[in-house]
Amino acid sequence: MSQLLEVSGVTVSFDGFRAINNLTFSIGPAELRAIIGPNGAGKSTFMDIVTGKTKPNAGTVTFGEKSTSLLKLSEAKIARAGVGRKFQRPTVFEDQTVTENLTLALKAARSPWRVLAWRSKPADHTRIEALAQQVGLSDHLPRKAGELSHGQKQWLEIAMLLAQEPRLLLVDEPAAGMTLAEREKTTELLVDIAKTRAVVVVEHDMEFVRRLNCRVTVLHEGSVLAEGSLDHVTKNQDVIDVYLGRG
Amino acid sequence: MTRSFILRTPSLLIFLICLALFTIAVTLAAHYGLISTSFVKTLGKTLCLCLAALAMDLIWGYAGILSLGHMAFFALGGYMIGMWLMYARTEEIVITSLANSGLPATPEEIQQGIASQIFGVVGASDLPAIWSFAHSLPLQLALVVALPGLLALIFGWLAFRSRVTGVYLSILTQAMTLALALYLFQNDSGLRGNNGLSGLQNLPGLDAVSQDSISLWFFWASAAALALAYLTLSWIVSGKFGSVIRAIRDDEARVRFLGYSVEGYKLFVFTLTAVIVALAGALYYPQAGIINPAELAPIASIYLAVWVAIGGRGRLYGAVIGAAVVSLLSSWFTGGRAPSIPLGFATINWVDWWQVLLGAAFVCVTLFAPKGIGGLFDHFTGLHTPDRKGAPLGPDQGSLQEKEAIE
Amino acid sequence: MRFLLACLLALICAAPLRAETAAEILTANAALVQKASRQTIAPVIDALGASGDPTAAAVLEAWANKGLGIRKADGQFFLITANADGYALTDLAGAPAGQAAKSDITELKPNAGVRGMIATALVQFTLSDPDTLKRAAALESIAKDPKPEALAPLRAAITNEPDATLKTQKQRLERLLTLRFDPDSAARIAAINSFGADLGLDLRGALNPLLATTKLASATPPTANIARELKPGRDLTETEAYDLMVSANLAPARLTVEAQRTALIANLQNGEVGGVSFADLNTQAARDRAYTALEAAGTVPQAATDDEATAALKAHHFYDIYTEPDPAVTTAASAALKSIGHKVAAMQAADLALDGLSLASIYFLAAIGLAITFGVMGVINMAHGEFITMGAYTGYVVQLYVPNYTASILIALPLAFAVTFAAGVAMERLIIRHLYKRPLETLLATFGISIALQQILKNVFGTQARPLTSPAWLDGALTLNDVVSISYIRIAIFVLALLFLTFFLWLMKRTRLGLEVRAVTQNPTMAASMGINPDRINMLTFGLGSGIAGIAGVAIGLFAKVTSELGTDYIVQSFMTVVVGGVGNIWGALAGATMIGGLQKMIEFLNPSNTLAAQTYMILFIILFIQFRPRGIIALKGRAAGD
Repeated sequence: MSQLLEVSGVTVSFDGFRAINNLTFSIGPAELRAIIGPNGAGKSTFMDIVTGKTKPNAGTVTFGEKSTSLLKLSEAKIARAGVGRKFQRPTVFEDQTVTENLTLALKAARSPWRVLAWRSKPADHTRIEALAQQVGLSDHLPRKAGELSHGQKQWLEIAMLLAQEPRLLLVDEPAAGMTLAEREKTTELLVDIAKTRAVVVVEHDMEFVRRLNCRVTVLHEGSVLAEGSLDHVTKNQDVIDVYLGRG
Repeated sequence: MTRSFILRTPSLLIFLICLALFTIAVTLAAHYGLISTSFVKTLGKTLCLCLAALAMDLIWGYAGILSLGHMAFFALGGYMIGMWLMYARTEEIVITSLANSGLPATPEEIQQGIASQIFGVVGASDLPAIWSFAHSLPLQLALVVALPGLLALIFGWLAFRSRVTGVYLSILTQAMTLALALYLFQNDSGLRGNNGLSGLQNLPGLDAVSQDSISLWFFWASAAALALAYLTLSWIVSGKFGSVIRAIRDDEARVRFLGYSVEGYKLFVFTLTAVIVALAGALYYPQAGIINPAELAPIASIYLAVWVAIGGRGRLYGAVIGAAVVSLLSSWFTGGRAPSIPLGFATINWVDWWQVLLGAAFVCVTLFAPKGIGGLFDHFTGLHTPDRKGAPLGPDQGSLQEKEAIE
Repeated sequence: MRFLLACLLALICAAPLRAETAAEILTANAALVQKASRQTIAPVIDALGASGDPTAAAVLEAWANKGLGIRKADGQFFLITANADGYALTDLAGAPAGQAAKSDITELKPNAGVRGMIATALVQFTLSDPDTLKRAAALESIAKDPKPEALAPLRAAITNEPDATLKTQKQRLERLLTLRFDPDSAARIAAINSFGADLGLDLRGALNPLLATTKLASATPPTANIARELKPGRDLTETEAYDLMVSANLAPARLTVEAQRTALIANLQNGEVGGVSFADLNTQAARDRAYTALEAAGTVPQAATDDEATAALKAHHFYDIYTEPDPAVTTAASAALKSIGHKVAAMQAADLALDGLSLASIYFLAAIGLAITFGVMGVINMAHGEFITMGAYTGYVVQLYVPNYTASILIALPLAFAVTFAAGVAMERLIIRHLYKRPLETLLATFGISIALQQILKNVFGTQARPLTSPAWLDGALTLNDVVSISYIRIAIFVLALLFLTFFLWLMKRTRLGLEVRAVTQNPTMAASMGINPDRINMLTFGLGSGIAGIAGVAIGLFAKVTSELGTDYIVQSFMTVVVGGVGNIWGALAGATMIGGLQKMIEFLNPSNTLAAQTYMILFIILFIQFRPRGIIALKGRAAGD
């Protein structure tokens, strides 16, 4: 089966410290994958590499059917190619309304001239309302994002991610700071999204991962320690050593 | 569509009406001799400064880029129009004087005469290559836009490409204007060194028209340019483009991950504002009459930022108000018309102490009233700042402070 | 009487007998002496100089200073001194000769030209004067204005020179004069070669005139000492070449626009000239046509047209001709100059390096405080320049009260530190504290302080420059040779910069305060929870940075003019130093200062006429440099950079 994202042999070092060490990873076009690992395992750096924020010292990262190399692209071009990222802390544009936030994220031409000429069409309105509906922000469209509660900001950011219509979503600890009910909803949403596109979830919370019910990749010291179902990896002796033995 | 645009920005209509009323009032007052020609010129120049401040607000208030070099483009615009004014004016004088010399003048003689008239002061007698277009108004007008635009494009491309942001960028832009100023200070820069260009208030071919009328024409032109720029910029910032650049101001990394080329937008805004500022300069210097490299000193550009800050950044009318209030007050205080204050042991002479007052006022505005004068309007209209426990609106250096934001 | 006198002199001085005494020479030429003029008097002065009469020097000196007179009664010469009753007379041998009324004596008043000639003649006497200082002065005056006549007396004065230093100087000067003025070319070449690659300016001053050239146009190769042949268009412009021919009468003058215009106006008849109507004369082509017509009619002189000029240029050769006729001498001189040139270039490189180093230490001093506040605290202090100015003014005020310069500088340095430290702490407490994490706002607020402070300083101290005088032991320069030298002030500043580097390193690496500063820089919250008071640390850090600016101000004030704009001149360079070097690192500031200082001197050297252009190129370079190392030479890498 052809893979959407293929990362192979990637190595990154910061001042001699190898944050990522010969990492190989791949994910199909409609797959949900959880990445777990102790602190400093390289989870965030991995996402930085895929989204173009950090350039690796060695290795290849290819994306899509044409196997485009992401290493030569800027962050903006990678995002336009179809990689969306949700940060750990909610990062929305607090001085702008929910509508404006969603409008910014809507899939449309991104060049300054095209944006200057951009005019809101009825279809865009419908889409924004639908997205807001999906994440329960319908009543908050004209409000400034800065006034929303922490959880609402998380939802807004997920909605923005969806508005981008990416082919691959990188989600960093989506459930942090959410109530139980909200976690349920997030799980459903992520599982639902993964039917049409690839989703990578980085998470600490084992309960949450279990609920996602998907393949799990365990990272340790910058490389893959184990991969498989959650039950499979939790039985792996190496994983137990890393998580329990020394943790 | 247009209706909703105007509805979305109610300040636009109010601003345009105020500007129109002001223009009419000045015109009438000048007509009945209530205000002097030089005061009309001062007001016209102030409108040009407001135009420059408007552009500064777009790049700093909206896009979060604190450029400390925009007055370089202002002066460049002035130099470009000044070259034509000086050339055409000198040409008239040379032709008149050659007409009495016994023979009809040849083009070479006229050229030579102009060159030695203009450049005698720096000990040269040939027209430098950069004056090749000075004979033609349309070409030189094109240069008013093209040269500063090109400079901004090249400088901005270099700076933004290497992701220079925040104070680094401010210092770099400051270095740019200093480099340009030092270059122009040389006598062999081709622009008359520290003598600069002068006599720009005399329009070629309009000897018969009095300065009274010319000053009014320029006043109208400045007002029209300001109105047009205000309209255009309001339209830009109220749309999606404005949304993108405000997002860049508050959190540019996030904007990148949305797929927008942050560098492209910054370059676009930098160049656009450079062009606007250059146009303002092209309108300003014919009213000032003289331009020299001191106009490019880094401090001039910092003042531009000061005006915007005092007026209230991130709102277009704030920039206009800040520029108008500070520059008019400045000319009132430094013009020696403000009454001195006797303190018994010493006398506060405002010509000497205005800078101190301005500096202190500026510090106070930064510390206590980040919204500047514009904040007063929020007070009247009942707008409040959000309570964010002191957190700014985004992680970037140019992002709005809590106190600057409006609910 | 005269005979007795002569005998007496001969006895006293035990000098060989001379043909004539000074008195005899004067008397013999009395008429000439009385009406002395530059053209006629030379033989008399020469005779006096060559007479060997020891009184000649006194006589010549008196003559030049209007102290020589003739008694009208008998035409006898006396040394005269004006007094209340007329003149006190002294005979030429130095014995008092009574008193004379003013009307009895004709005072000799030689004109400036004659006085100059007398002075030259006097040199040979002073060269052997018993007073060492006078001999040294005489040598100096010859060296300043070398003349062929000085050669012989100088040679004569060498052997008997008792002072070793002066003897060496005399010998050197003798060789310098020989290579220029000796009639024997072998002696000159030997003198030239004796110097080798000596770096002395005096040697280059002597050699260069030997190689002076003039341009010459000629149809046939001239017999003169040719330096090189010049090709029109390559070595000189065609206009210059043609002008050379015109001035040598080898070609008619070219028609200037002015001359043509005058000629045309003069021949204007019935609204046309040379068949061209008046109105059509507004192009050069038409004017040429009209002039050619006039030439054909013979009304105006022939003038060279462009074609004729080109042909004439082809027919002639152009040369650089040495004014010195002897080719052997010019060859030797140019070889000597060439080898000197190589050595000078090497020395200039060394001098340039020294200059760069000293500029770098100034920038380092100015920037180090900024590096602390900008690098360690992330605060841009636009008022840093004004702190530098305040330091300089502190030095000035101290000098008003403490007249001893050494003591005043020693007091001013700590005092300047104290003043600016206090100002810095006040600014931090009142303003910057409220603006942490808002670097752009800090930049603007400190700019407000900057303009206010600058104006206050201007109001208090006025706009004119105030003196800050360095102690006498810092005057002068350490001179290695005529090329390499460095002033003591600059050495002192270099030492000061080194001191501060050491001090800063010690403070940051070896003290509790340094540890706390580093802790607060890296993680303020963590530091606070460990019992460090970040407020106090920030305050002290800012005070320290400002205090160093004050000391830099005193140092800069010693060689620059102290005005309220002193700091402004250094602020942009200081920012550049910090940015180029890399933020948050003292070594970065050092590297930045070295690079900017060195580069600026280098560009100034390549384009010496223009300091302004040098600064422009330098800033352009920095803008380009940022492209390749956006975080400076010494940058924090990886996660610590916090991007």
